[in-house]
Amino acid sequence: MLSQGIVNIVYVVAAVLFIFGLKGMAHPRTAVRGNLTGATGMLLAVVATLLSPQFGYSWTYVLIGLAIGAVIGAVLAINIAMTAMPELVALFNGFGGAASVVVAGAELIKFFDMGAAEGTNITQMSIATVLAGLIGSVTFFGSYIAFGKLAEFLAVKWKLYWWQALVKWFAAVVFAALGVFIGYSYDFSLFGTLALVFFVATALFTFSKKAVFPGINAIKLISALATVAVGVLLVLQVMEAAGFTDQPLELFWLLVAIAALLGVTLTFSIGGADMPVVIALLNSYSGIAAAMTGFVINNTVLIIAGSLVGASGIILTNLMCIAMNRSLPNVLFGAMGSTQEDVDVDEVYKNVKSTSADEIAMMLETAQKVLIVPGYGMAVSQAQHSVRDLANLLEEKWEIEVLFGVHPVAGRMPGHMNVLLAEADVPYDKLLEMDTVNSMMDQIDLAIVIGANDVINPVAKTDPNSPIAGMPIIEVQRAGQVIIIKRSLSPGFAGIANPQFAADNTMMFFSDGKKAFVEMIEAVKES
Amino acid sequence: MDLVMLLTVFVLAIFVGFEVITKVPPTLHTPLMSGANAISGITIIGALIAASATAEMAPPLSNTFGLVALIFATINVVGGFSVTHRMLKMFKKKR
Repeated sequence: MLSQGIVNIVYVVAAVLFIFGLKGMAHPRTAVRGNLTGATGMLLAVVATLLSPQFGYSWTYVLIGLAIGAVIGAVLAINIAMTAMPELVALFNGFGGAASVVVAGAELIKFFDMGAAEGTNITQMSIATVLAGLIGSVTFFGSYIAFGKLAEFLAVKWKLYWWQALVKWFAAVVFAALGVFIGYSYDFSLFGTLALVFFVATALFTFSKKAVFPGINAIKLISALATVAVGVLLVLQVMEAAGFTDQPLELFWLLVAIAALLGVTLTFSIGGADMPVVIALLNSYSGIAAAMTGFVINNTVLIIAGSLVGASGIILTNLMCIAMNRSLPNVLFGAMGSTQEDVDVDEVYKNVKSTSADEIAMMLETAQKVLIVPGYGMAVSQAQHSVRDLANLLEEKWEIEVLFGVHPVAGRMPGHMNVLLAEADVPYDKLLEMDTVNSMMDQIDLAIVIGANDVINPVAKTDPNSPIAGMPIIEVQRAGQVIIIKRSLSPGFAGIANPQFAADNTMMFFSDGKKAFVEMIEAVKES
Repeated sequence: MDLVMLLTVFVLAIFVGFEVITKVPPTLHTPLMSGANAISGITIIGALIAASATAEMAPPLSNTFGLVALIFATINVVGGFSVTHRMLKMFKKKR
């Protein structure tokens, strides 16, 4: 066994490794090493804990917990398809939040059973417990909703696959059962019953087939205020009782239950193109919850690691909001597209020209620089490998320079397109940022847009009343010729018409993304 | 450690986080997020302490909670670092 002093020093080393690990993420060349550095820090922290005086040496639960968690984590990480990465990241975020809630709960139980440990600052402990429970619960339940919406089994009207229905029912039953268990444990006391009601409400909520309905913002607001009220009450009770009464525990569960409803409602109405903001925000929450747990158990490495993650999530959230020219409250509370006055869609699309793979092959033959702009549609049709094949073919056959222009919010999470294209072996130095692409747009002979819509809509620049006014776009309208691959003229997430589809230099290729690229490859090979 | 010290650590760590992460390019946003997420699994330490407590140290319920938290946190840590590694290995420079 090590002394607490030595353990604390190892924790400092772990914290330093986390910082270097994140720093390594600044470049693809150093990122693999960075991630391994972070993992090493985690390993050190775990080993030091296993040797610390705080560790209880009752190994059964420890071994069971580590084994189950490691197997589930590894199986998920190894088997998941790259296209399902947003779902997985959402799920892992949720587990982090859940762990924080449960650790805070365990500490609270210990506190009421054994009294305060020597030197405990009860004010600090109670406030931190409230915050860890609140933020952790919002993270877990919000992440479950984000996961469900990304895996397309929540807030949808169509019939679900059996496994989707299974997950949906399983989760709802678990949430409701949790409420019943808590109500029962406290003999259906006032707070226990209220917790039951909120957990059941949360479970029922997940069956809603509509993402937005009247009154949802009121539920958000009321549950947010209720968590604050219950949180304050809990802190006061803990400080007054300093142990030896059960009531604060009931309050803790009530807090977690209300926060569950808050997390669910906050995330439920957000979808589509706003998803990257939510994922980044939940990422930040999971870090802050861990930091709060650090205040509960007086542990600096939790505080440091948690704040690093919290900061990283906030930065990403902010970048995503800037990339859509929207504020965070607007994403969380505003429904998009409601301000749009009726534009005559037929009028806008009067001059739409459609084209074929053969015609595109002819245009490509004379091009020198080609830009590919991917959007969520590329992920949906899993077209990334075909996209790469066409790019390689063009370079080999006609020595065309093929570049990729990636909008920051393209896809369903920050950096989504880049991961998919990296999976397809597109070298990362060909994936250009929006500003770089825009500055060289005049030299682009042909821009091929696959599955993107709002992020190339020139209305963002021209119409100050549009819902996407001011949003930075990839300015394909300045390219020599534009091909847009899309199944129909249906609007994107913003729900507005895109005049680019009918622009003079633009032709539509109506097709599924992957099929379009396969046909284009054939056509190029034959010509 | 006293509250002021812990708060100092908290605030300074947030600043370090801002400084370090602002430099991450958009290409790596997804791995950054999943890697950071794995780091937030640091709650595993609290879970280990709670799950390992003997009967003299904590009541059985708190112990059970420790087990639940440990499962969640371990999924987060093991899954998070592995999937990040899997993603990062795909990022290659031009041949």
